[in-house]
Amino acid sequence: MEVARRTNQRKKRAILALFGAVLALMAITSTATAASADEIGTDEYDYIFSGNVKYNSEPLEDVLIKVDGNGYNAEVVTDADGKWKIGVPEKAEYTITIDESTLPEGVIVTDEDASGASKKAEFGLTKNKSVNFFLGEGVRETTSVWDQLGERIANGLNFGLMLALAAIGVSLVFGTTGLSNFAHSEMVTFGALMGLVFSGTAYLGWPIWVGIPIAVLLSAVFGFTLDFVIWKPLRKKGVGLVQVMIVSIGLSLALRYIFQYFFGGDTQQLPGAGGASVDFLGPISLSVIDLVSMAISIVVLLAVAFWLLRTRIGKATRAISDNPSLAAASGIDVDRVIRIVWILSAALAGLSGILWAYFRPGIKWDMGAGILLLIFAAVTLGGLGTALGALVGSLVVGLLVEISTLFIPSDLKYVGALVVLILVLLVRPQGILGRKERIG
Amino acid sequence: MDWGQILNNTAAFLFAPETIAYALAAIGLSVHFGFTGLLNFGQAAFMALGAYGYAISILSFGLPWWVGILVGILAAVAFAIVLGIPTLRLRADYLAIVTIAAAEIVRLLFTTQVFDEYTNSADGLGNYHAGFRAANPFTYEGSAGFGPWVWTANQLWVRVFGIILVALAALIVFLLMRSPWGRVLKGIREDEDAVRALGKNVFAYKMQSLIIGGIFGALGGVVLALPSAVTPGVYVTSLTFFLYTILLLGGAATIFGPIIGSVIFWVIQAFLSNVLPALINDGLLPGMSLVQSASLRYILVGVALMLIVIFRPQGIFGNKKELTFVK
Repeated sequence: MEVARRTNQRKKRAILALFGAVLALMAITSTATAASADEIGTDEYDYIFSGNVKYNSEPLEDVLIKVDGNGYNAEVVTDADGKWKIGVPEKAEYTITIDESTLPEGVIVTDEDASGASKKAEFGLTKNKSVNFFLGEGVRETTSVWDQLGERIANGLNFGLMLALAAIGVSLVFGTTGLSNFAHSEMVTFGALMGLVFSGTAYLGWPIWVGIPIAVLLSAVFGFTLDFVIWKPLRKKGVGLVQVMIVSIGLSLALRYIFQYFFGGDTQQLPGAGGASVDFLGPISLSVIDLVSMAISIVVLLAVAFWLLRTRIGKATRAISDNPSLAAASGIDVDRVIRIVWILSAALAGLSGILWAYFRPGIKWDMGAGILLLIFAAVTLGGLGTALGALVGSLVVGLLVEISTLFIPSDLKYVGALVVLILVLLVRPQGILGRKERIG
Repeated sequence: MDWGQILNNTAAFLFAPETIAYALAAIGLSVHFGFTGLLNFGQAAFMALGAYGYAISILSFGLPWWVGILVGILAAVAFAIVLGIPTLRLRADYLAIVTIAAAEIVRLLFTTQVFDEYTNSADGLGNYHAGFRAANPFTYEGSAGFGPWVWTANQLWVRVFGIILVALAALIVFLLMRSPWGRVLKGIREDEDAVRALGKNVFAYKMQSLIIGGIFGALGGVVLALPSAVTPGVYVTSLTFFLYTILLLGGAATIFGPIIGSVIFWVIQAFLSNVLPALINDGLLPGMSLVQSASLRYILVGVALMLIVIFRPQGIFGNKKELTFVK
């Protein structure tokens, strides 16, 4: 598979281009039925984007235009005069994208207002808005599947490491208390939101090297508070595991909408997101943020591994995971260890939330819920309750999600990971590193 | 503030299609969770299969509306079998994670661009009503009814059809659960190993329970699709969690619990969605915007779920002796 790509584009665009190419392929097969409609949704909706695609004053036919935003998307193909119209349901901001692979050879979008081949557009006082792109000559270079694979692997490792930070927390909590914590996704979001509060330009605007540590610290405090207010009383009361799990679901819902209440429904950015990329090892180009993010993940994961394997509390944690009553009988303060585990797992979740905010990029009230299932998939794949298994599972899931986009459309990339989760449970229910007795 | 209007809008939700659909899906969940102890977190997928099965068979294959409902049911049965084979032998929390993952797979497959021809991806489906409306036995013109319950003939037909389904479902569950078969299910919920020691095939019973509850879920999806459209954004994980709130509110191991739970859930939601904006417009809730009032309603759902599970796990109608939570 060869895919057209511009020379000076960042990796995110490569994903877009790849996605675009897949879409274009599907468009070729499906436009036959979708007809050569140059107008779509103009009858149903009042708000209409329109445009005229021309290159050197010559209209271009059959260029694919896509509109996306507010949960709505549509696409049209330009007519013989190069014209197109798309109706949209709301008066709001939409992203309009021109599919560069449907432009003639050697023609690309050279619009200064456009990012790549996309433009954001909003309605003014009227219900119509015309959106035009400047087209110019440009070199489109083709990237081989191996180069893409390299880039996907690098991205997958980054994503997997970030996932591991969150997954280890879930795994430690499960190991020590037996709880599958559905509210973990909100601890991830909490970290990112605190980062936004302290470092976001719209809020306090402190430098990120101050804001991020404070956000991680506050996440730890958040974990302690949740344990103190909710989990510890429930443990003392002897409430059943399934009950506590449903409590965590209720907590997850409540927290998620509390975030929406205070931060609104928009996506916001941390400073420095989407920074310039540097060429790194041949075809793989990663941004400075990506490199720093991977370095932070690796250092923190090593520290956690050291803590688990070498320190007293870490050993106590593993002892409780193994057999809580025996651990308590041998003089381990189970309650104290569980409290520390909650604090640690919340801090790790907060950190992974910040890193994920850079990876996506963007911060949104329900961002954590988006990866909760991947976290669970990683933990289950690695073996429920084994901390190092969570690391292995996360890397597998991260790589799988990213590499699968080479073969399947990127809106299905999570499906691959979830299918593998179910298949692994079929043949090896205890997970990769789990022990058989755990599945009961 | 117009209290008459607010109460009117609230009372209208007593018989709303949403209320009926959620009640049906919650009845299915009561078979899974309340009576068998299966932690099915994928009820949203059963609903999606019902709704999409109904709409796609009419739109893409031109089948009659009642065949569409059968297709939805068959899709749910197939999904239950595929889901059950790898997971029903596993521990409860594994089942929870796998069902939630499978539900997400189903949702993503309905939302993706790949099957746009059939599912219309993120835009959802509509305009499949002709057949169902042609079968409408009520033929009056305009609207009829009294108080808040004034409906057109088509609206009345959707509600009557839905209520008949709910009544049938409740009756079936009632008869099943007092049969020997139902006692085995409750036995599995209380102590799986004991039932196995009696020589029962626990796996087969769990599978039958998953299928039956799944069918009710699919019917709930159909009822949700009947009045207007199939919107993919509805069938998310949160939908399953709302169903759990409804189920636990009414009582997980009861016949009428899911129905009453759904009515309470929707009436409170409708009341809040009417009263909060009115209070904000009158300046009685300083510092809150209209958008925030919508978030507040869902915050309350989450808090309510936590409080019910902690303080009244058997629900409003449940019997405390009947343990609704395994382990």
